[in-house]
Amino acid sequence: MKLSIRLSTAIIAIAASVGAAQAAEVTGAGASFVFPLMSKWSADYNTATQNKINYQSIGSSGGIAQIKAGTVDFGSSDKPLDPKELAEAGLIQFPSVIGGVVPVVHVAGIDAGKLKLTGPVLADIFLGKVTQWNDPAIASINEGLALPDGKITIVHRSDGSGTTFNFVNYLSKVSPEWKEKVGEGTSVQWPVGLGGKGNEGVAAYVKQIKNAIGYVELSFALQNKMSFALMQNAAGKFIAPSAESFAAAAASADWTNATDFSLIITNAPGDGSWPISATNFILMHAQAKDAERAKAAREFFAWAYENGKAQASALDYVPLPDSLIKQIEAYWADRTK
Amino acid sequence: MTTIAARDSVPRPRSRRDELQDKGFSYLLAFTAFLVLIALAGAALSMLWGGREVLAQEGWRFFFSTEWNPVENRYGALIPIFGTLVTAAIAMLIAVPVSFGIALYLTEIAPAWLRGPVGSAIELLAGIPSIIYGMWGLFVLVPVMTEHVTPWLNDHLGTLPLIGPMFQGPPIGIGMLTAGFVLAIMVIPFVSSVMRDVFVTVPTRLKESAYALGATKWEVVWDVVLPYTKSAVIGGIFLGLGRALGETMAVAYVVGNTVRFSVSLLEPGTTIAALIANDFAEATDTYRSALLLLGFVLFIVTFVVLAIARLMLMQLQRREGLQ
Repeated sequence: MKLSIRLSTAIIAIAASVGAAQAAEVTGAGASFVFPLMSKWSADYNTATQNKINYQSIGSSGGIAQIKAGTVDFGSSDKPLDPKELAEAGLIQFPSVIGGVVPVVHVAGIDAGKLKLTGPVLADIFLGKVTQWNDPAIASINEGLALPDGKITIVHRSDGSGTTFNFVNYLSKVSPEWKEKVGEGTSVQWPVGLGGKGNEGVAAYVKQIKNAIGYVELSFALQNKMSFALMQNAAGKFIAPSAESFAAAAASADWTNATDFSLIITNAPGDGSWPISATNFILMHAQAKDAERAKAAREFFAWAYENGKAQASALDYVPLPDSLIKQIEAYWADRTK
Repeated sequence: MTTIAARDSVPRPRSRRDELQDKGFSYLLAFTAFLVLIALAGAALSMLWGGREVLAQEGWRFFFSTEWNPVENRYGALIPIFGTLVTAAIAMLIAVPVSFGIALYLTEIAPAWLRGPVGSAIELLAGIPSIIYGMWGLFVLVPVMTEHVTPWLNDHLGTLPLIGPMFQGPPIGIGMLTAGFVLAIMVIPFVSSVMRDVFVTVPTRLKESAYALGATKWEVVWDVVLPYTKSAVIGGIFLGLGRALGETMAVAYVVGNTVRFSVSLLEPGTTIAALIANDFAEATDTYRSALLLLGFVLFIVTFVVLAIARLMLMQLQRREGLQ
């Protein structure tokens, strides 16, 4: 009891001294997708500049709601808001980092990068129309690969997530039937399959269930040594998921003509682009109540774009291409005064 | 003398201080009791209020519709209600006989030195966080279900008439039956410790009279111990059932989280609590409203189940009164 009182006094004292030493502690909240990177960035930023960034991983929808309510200095979302909604709420929006969604399979004899899939076939699998691994639709694009006569088990995310949003957004772009029957959103009414909670839940299910297919973020596929599939991109090439192919998708996307960077980079053009690449977005008030802290938040992102690339790559994210960073800085100068 | 007698016959008025203190104390106690009621009503009503948007949109359909489509904003609670009841029923079907066995063994059969350690071990089970049960279920139980249990059920029970379709399904190991198993293990400590505590209270002379009349152990237990402790045993069972209905994390790991109706217990399904836990973080507007209303539905389901339990108990007591 006594110890805990002494301890809490000490904590309060430390907190008070920290508060006094630093003018602005920037707070942000939103997508869980960027949480590991935000933690790393804010720790390194603190070492470099003594400034503190506090990021809460509460989900994209929560991030959008919190920034609109003005309780945080920046919000984060895996789904871009359209310029109209941004204007209504007085928000600006810019990308923070690139990632990607990867189809992973568990089929005996098929190693990572051996299976090829096209967008329409992937959509048909998740629609429950292609039910066997040796279906002609899969066999015809995988000549020479021994596909088993097994029923496909589909694994999807059970929780609402940006990963699901980007995945079904891609399926809607490549399959009119998917668009009509299921549509897109952070969670959808899946026609078939079972749901795992979080990337780790989907990874665990796919690893345990024979003849399963699911989708996870790249880092989970790599860390769990899962068999990812090659995807045919908009240019017709079969591409492996990697930092390079995600970066290619981000670079080939038409950011210049996207107002407020409101662009989903799935099915991006370009020979080397991974088709299910994803962007995380940061939301801030154009005219923040506390201009000082808004400025501190922008300085943090400017620092992260400049000095945070190695950390991003180490955690299997893809840093933004330099051309895009220039556009973001011009956007800041234009929109925040 | 007379003065003393007079003093004794007329009771002195209570000290005002004592009276006030007593009154204050009784108000304080009443407040603590009502606090629970207020919290309960507050939680239920705020969920109903949060769900008013969907209630206005769907009306009574919400409680009977099998649709759950966040993209088109159409919501119905029937499948999660079904999943909640089925997984809880499976859990109780397994947990009640096992708990009965544990309690009997510990009170009637086990040597005295064994009773303490085994009893404590079972109570320890109750203290394990539910997420640990979920992970254990996913990484240990699911492979066993996939490789051994599901194929066996498919071959043996799956071919029977009537109940056959309940045991036919793909060998994925994730589904309502697995969720029921995990729930059963979580519920056993609650039910068995209540049963053990009340079995101990049965007077020894009752049991010894039965033994003296030549009764077997089973007859003593079934005809003496159980009738004597009936209402407390049923209370314990419903305590466990309450937990099984509301359990979230452990179920979310192994139930498959699919809002789709299936007769088969081997197919993935979902429960009210698991669905809320999965989707709440990313839900906005109407979807959030639907999840809050679903929370209210869980209140009602639990309330109805516990009310039925009370009715059963009253029925039992009345029948005993007639005998």
